[in-house]
Amino acid sequence: MSDYTIKDKVAIAGIAETAYYKRGAAPVSEFQLTLEAIIQAAADAGMDVRDIDGFASYSNDRNDPPRLAAALGSPDLSFSNMFWGGGGGGGSGAVANASAALVAGYSKYVVVYRGLAQGQFGRFGQGSQARTISGAAAYTAPYGLMSPAQSFAMRVNRFMHDHGIGQNPLKAISLASYHHAQSNPRAVMYGRPLTAEDYDNSRWIVEPFHLFDCCMENDGAAAVILTTVERARDLRQKPAILLAAAQGSDYRQAAPAHNSPDYGTSNFKTVAKRLYGMAGIDPKDVDVCQSYENFTGGVMMSLVEHGFCAPDEVEQFMTFENFQAPSGKLPLNTSGGNLAECYMHGLELITEAVRQIRGESTAQVPNVDISMVCSGPMVQPVSDLILRK
Amino acid sequence: MTTEATTYLPAGLPQPAPAVDGLDTEFWAATRRHELVVQKCNACGGFQFGPEWVCHHCHSFDLGWQRVSGNGRIYSWERVWHPVHPALKNACPYLVVLVELPDAGNVRMPGNLLGDPLQPIIIGSAVEAVFEDHDGSETLVQWRVTDGG
Ligand SMILES: [Zn+2]
Repeated sequence: MSDYTIKDKVAIAGIAETAYYKRGAAPVSEFQLTLEAIIQAAADAGMDVRDIDGFASYSNDRNDPPRLAAALGSPDLSFSNMFWGGGGGGGSGAVANASAALVAGYSKYVVVYRGLAQGQFGRFGQGSQARTISGAAAYTAPYGLMSPAQSFAMRVNRFMHDHGIGQNPLKAISLASYHHAQSNPRAVMYGRPLTAEDYDNSRWIVEPFHLFDCCMENDGAAAVILTTVERARDLRQKPAILLAAAQGSDYRQAAPAHNSPDYGTSNFKTVAKRLYGMAGIDPKDVDVCQSYENFTGGVMMSLVEHGFCAPDEVEQFMTFENFQAPSGKLPLNTSGGNLAECYMHGLELITEAVRQIRGESTAQVPNVDISMVCSGPMVQPVSDLILRK
Repeated sequence: MTTEATTYLPAGLPQPAPAVDGLDTEFWAATRRHELVVQKCNACGGFQFGPEWVCHHCHSFDLGWQRVSGNGRIYSWERVWHPVHPALKNACPYLVVLVELPDAGNVRMPGNLLGDPLQPIIIGSAVEAVFEDHDGSETLVQWRVTDGG
C-alpha cells in the first residue's frame, strides 16, 4: 500500500452556513451569501478571515476566488481551485483538493464553499430552453430526456430490475431525511414532517421517483475551513480530522447517450475502494453517514457500493428504522440533507459530518469516531471523505 | 423499420442539430434517409455511440459508420410524469427507453417507446427503430415493441 500523504494531516476547523431559503427566496445576492458563509466559518474557527489564503469549490460555482479574496482583503491568495464536473459530485473532492494544497504547503488555511441563489441564476432541475441542441444532448433532449431526475431514473430502474428491488428502500431514505430535519431548526423542511402515507400518495416525477425522492432547490451558502491538524489545534473548535478522501469515476461512466458499460451504478465502485484503502477501515466502522441525495435511488446504490449491504440485501437493510439517529444500524443524512435540510449541493452534508464529530448535531449519534460523506451519486466524477475525532 | 406520420412528443422541444465540429453529421444525415448507423472503428471493428473522435477500444482515429438493422432490446426505461419543459406541459406521462443494439456491440440509444404511455415495460423486450420526421429539423429515432422478443 502506498503512503497517503493527506491522511491524518488535515482537519476541518470551522464551519458555517447562512440561513437556508426556498429557491429564489434569498433576500441578498449570491455573492453576499457566499461572503457571509465564509466570514461566519472563520468566526466559528476563531480566526481572522483574512488569514484564509486558499479557496476551493465545485460544480462551476460562480463566486470565483479572485473576487472573493479581493472582497475580503486577503493579502495573499495562494490556491484557487475548481473541481470539475457538475451536480454535487465535487463536494468531498473540493475538500480533498484543499487538503492536498495544505499538505503540499501551497496554503495555510483553505476554505471550501458553495453559494447558490437560484432566483438570481438558472435552475438545475429544468430542461434546456434552447431551440436546437447539439452533441451528446442531441441524443436525449429531443426525446424529453432532459433533467437530472430523468437522466438518473433509468440507471436506478435498471439496478432495481437487476436485483429485484421495490419502492420501499427509496421510501426509507426519504423518510429518514425528513425525520431528521424535524429536529434541525436550520432545515427548510423543519416543522413539515413526512409520513409513509404522504410519500405513497405523492405524485410521480419520473418512475421510480416520487416527489419526495427528489432533492429540493434552494438558496443559501455554506463554507468549511481546512488547515493542518497542528494549526487546527490552536483554533477554537475541536478539529474534525480528515482520515481519507477520494475522487474519481469508474470505467467510461461519462460515455455519451447513457452508454456507460456498468449502467445501474452510483459510480462509487472504484472511489469507495480507494477511500477505505486510505482510511484503513471497513464499512462496519462507520458510525454515521451523509450520502448525497440528488435522488433516493442514487443513495441506495451508493450505500451498496460503499459496502453497507449487498445488492440482494437492500430490501432488508434499507429501512427507516436502520437509518434513524441515534440508534439505527446506519444513521443516514442526520441533518435532513438535500431532501429536507437544504439543497446546498451537498456542502451541508459536510458541515453535518463535522457536527457529528463535534457532538453538536441536532440528531446526534452517540460516541461518533468515524463520520463519512459520499458526494454526488451517478454523476462524473464523484467523491468521498471520512472524518475522525 | 417503419416511418411515423406524427410526432410522439409535441413541437417545441429542443431539436437536434448536427455538431459544428462534424462529429455526428453522418448520423443525422442517415436518419433523414431513414437509416440507422452506428460509429464503427475501421481499425479494430469496435462500435461506439455516441460518436467520438477516437476509438475507445484501440485509439485509432480512423472511424466510419455502419448501417445496422434497427432491431434492439429494451435495456432500461422510465415513465415521465412531471414536465420539465413548457412544450411537455400536456404530454405527460410519456415513455423513454434505452435500447441496446445487439448487431452493434450492444451500444445503447435513448428514444421514446411508441404506443400507450401506460403500457407495462419489460426490460429485454424486442423493439425496432421507427423514424420520426420533423419539418425543418432532423429525423428522430423512436422505438416500437415487436413480437420478435
Ligand atoms: Zn478501434
